[in-house]
Amino acid sequence: MRHRTFLAFILPSALAMLLFIALPIVSVAVQSLYVEPPKVLVTVQSCTPFACTDDVQVDERATAELRKKHPLGGFNGLGTYTDRAHLAFGEIAGILGQNTGFADTLGRIYNLPFYRALAFTLAYTFIVTPLAIMLGFSIALAVNAVPRAIKGPVIFVSLLPMIITPLIGSLMVYWMINSEGIIGATLQWLFDDPNLYLKASPTLTWIVIFLYGVWTNGPFSFIVFYAGLQTMPLDTLESAMIDGASRWERIRFVVIPHMSPLVTFVALVQLMDNFRVFEPIVGFNSQASATSLSYFIFSDLNGQFSQLFGSAAATSMLTIAGVVILLIPVLIRTWREFNRKAA
Amino acid sequence: MRNMLIAAAATGVMLLGGGAARADCGIASGTVSILSNDFDALRVLADEAKACASPTVKVTANQTAAHKNLQVPALTADPAEYTVAFVANNSISPLLGAGLIRPLDDLIVKYGQQLQPNQLIKVGGKTMAIAFDANSQHLFYRKDIFDKAGLAAPRSYEDVLAAAKAIKDKGLLQYPLAAADKPGWDLGAEFVNMYLGYGGSFFEPGSAKLAINNDKGLSTLAMMKDLTHYMAPDFLSYDADEIKAVYMSGKVAMMDGWGSYAGAVIDPKGPDPEVAKGTVLAAAPTVGGGTTPAASLWWDGFTIAKHISDADAETSFRVMMHAMRPEVAATHPDTAPWLIKGFKPGAAAIGVIATATDGAKPYPMLPYMGLLHTALSNEIGAYLQGNKDAIKTLADIEAAYDASAKQGGYLKD
Repeated sequence: MRHRTFLAFILPSALAMLLFIALPIVSVAVQSLYVEPPKVLVTVQSCTPFACTDDVQVDERATAELRKKHPLGGFNGLGTYTDRAHLAFGEIAGILGQNTGFADTLGRIYNLPFYRALAFTLAYTFIVTPLAIMLGFSIALAVNAVPRAIKGPVIFVSLLPMIITPLIGSLMVYWMINSEGIIGATLQWLFDDPNLYLKASPTLTWIVIFLYGVWTNGPFSFIVFYAGLQTMPLDTLESAMIDGASRWERIRFVVIPHMSPLVTFVALVQLMDNFRVFEPIVGFNSQASATSLSYFIFSDLNGQFSQLFGSAAATSMLTIAGVVILLIPVLIRTWREFNRKAA
Repeated sequence: MRNMLIAAAATGVMLLGGGAARADCGIASGTVSILSNDFDALRVLADEAKACASPTVKVTANQTAAHKNLQVPALTADPAEYTVAFVANNSISPLLGAGLIRPLDDLIVKYGQQLQPNQLIKVGGKTMAIAFDANSQHLFYRKDIFDKAGLAAPRSYEDVLAAAKAIKDKGLLQYPLAAADKPGWDLGAEFVNMYLGYGGSFFEPGSAKLAINNDKGLSTLAMMKDLTHYMAPDFLSYDADEIKAVYMSGKVAMMDGWGSYAGAVIDPKGPDPEVAKGTVLAAAPTVGGGTTPAASLWWDGFTIAKHISDADAETSFRVMMHAMRPEVAATHPDTAPWLIKGFKPGAAAIGVIATATDGAKPYPMLPYMGLLHTALSNEIGAYLQGNKDAIKTLADIEAAYDASAKQGGYLKD
């Protein structure tokens, strides 16, 4: 009976999830196995205001016939996953077979577009997530300590980075770090180096995007931890005070253990969020120095007039795989905690 | 009383007549909807087209930089979402390839008396689009700064480098050069321009097989890198719009800018009158001892969707003919180098016209050119940052292009 009630309770959401989450993923997975149908090319004369030339054009009739026969396109199996634009098995095998040492191997793998994007995505995820959690936690502690009268405004200001649309936020920071902008110009003056351009070197670009990520992700952790702090049992804190614990010891041994389930939750959400980093890449015009998996999908779908659906689908599936791998440790931890409580 | 009634009726008739005259494109009814990119020249034409709107003729326009992603799905629908799509050298290819636009020859015979032969974009003998303006990137330079440095007008990219060095050495400007080197679209376009200047061809004749892995490709990359030594260190983050702003603020002495920006740059009412006054619009420089300007020529034009009724196609064509009438070009001489009949180029068109008369090549109108353009943009950034050499870069461009051309169905394994 209990199970039946539970089933009836979640059935609508389960159906909606099946329709709007599972089915699209299946469709993307199927799409990733296909490439565009072969195009039939013909050479025809084309005349423009400047000249007449013999150009190759797509024979639309013959191509349309082919498309009718194969509406999904040409079957490519896992070929798209292993090509140079994705996992690049052939290229990796070549690099591993012939190289001049570890640095060379790494450098050449990093040169492959998918791994370049993956490297930045992982670095962003693993640097920004813990820093943003720490920032959020310290803001929560600080806000919890300010007098009641100014709490409202302080909370509002702390939440601002989250209220600003990520693309707008990154554009704002982008113009501030421009050599003409307030931050860029100040840094040039401080370091007395007119050649200091934050956007010029890949390393500095990465650091700036990480800092931006921490700034924009901090408020989410803050709001969750702040809510958590309101549930803090005061008597435990008071007894710790009577035992002579300092403020730091109280945080370390009372507050943090109390908040640890929340940390798991925040880490889960933030890992997923950060793994699909996208807006700062566009906002900071950083394609030359930093790209991410999501940007990769975007550029396949937003190419020069031709969309590569198969390629974008394969990257999407790889991104989903990446998120699953990232979340496994957190999920195992949650599962253990659940079992321990149940026992 | 009777007289007054007659007078009132007469006024009414006159008002109606007047109203009809204002919107009179001679069209009884129909629906016209335009999908286009978003810049000045296209806005002028869309506004002129909208002037044909009347209670029976509906004219709408969607002008957006995202047009390239909308055009194929929107015109694939039956009936098509738009009756008119504004295109250029590159954006017409996907519409042609999918058979989404109709030949215009019959309509030209009936309504296109104002058109000149060079406005007709013909593919395999059929007119598929009608061009209304030309555009290209060309050299903008500051004559006042050149005079101070005692330099002559630059004719080649070698001159540009020498001038940049002289301006820098004399302490006039720290970074005298600007080019749109942002990966995305602009960086690829810079390669295309320079490679055409070296006289290279992109593909093996009659096929989608890439042919840039040669000496001309290497020289192109080397020249692109030499130029960056005189640009602000964050040159990889500037697109064409941003270098225009940098140029207009007087921070650089030379830029490879779009002809469509010239009007704003030389406008004496602009942000810095000194820049406007000192600017000379010159043909794109040649390179490597060649005679072809290192630039690609572009045209903008309109096409008419296939999946619409013949009546709407006719209305659309007539509305566009009205929008492209010679007076429109005459009233907006500095908006674009119009290809419209009787147009007398204004001061802003000099650069594009010089580039075209010097024999610059058009940007290739090939279905797989876009894939190459993306590969160029993605792979050249690391080279300009000094992270890989030119030979490796060309090999990477080829590998990236091959992968996407296979995805796109243009190349087989």
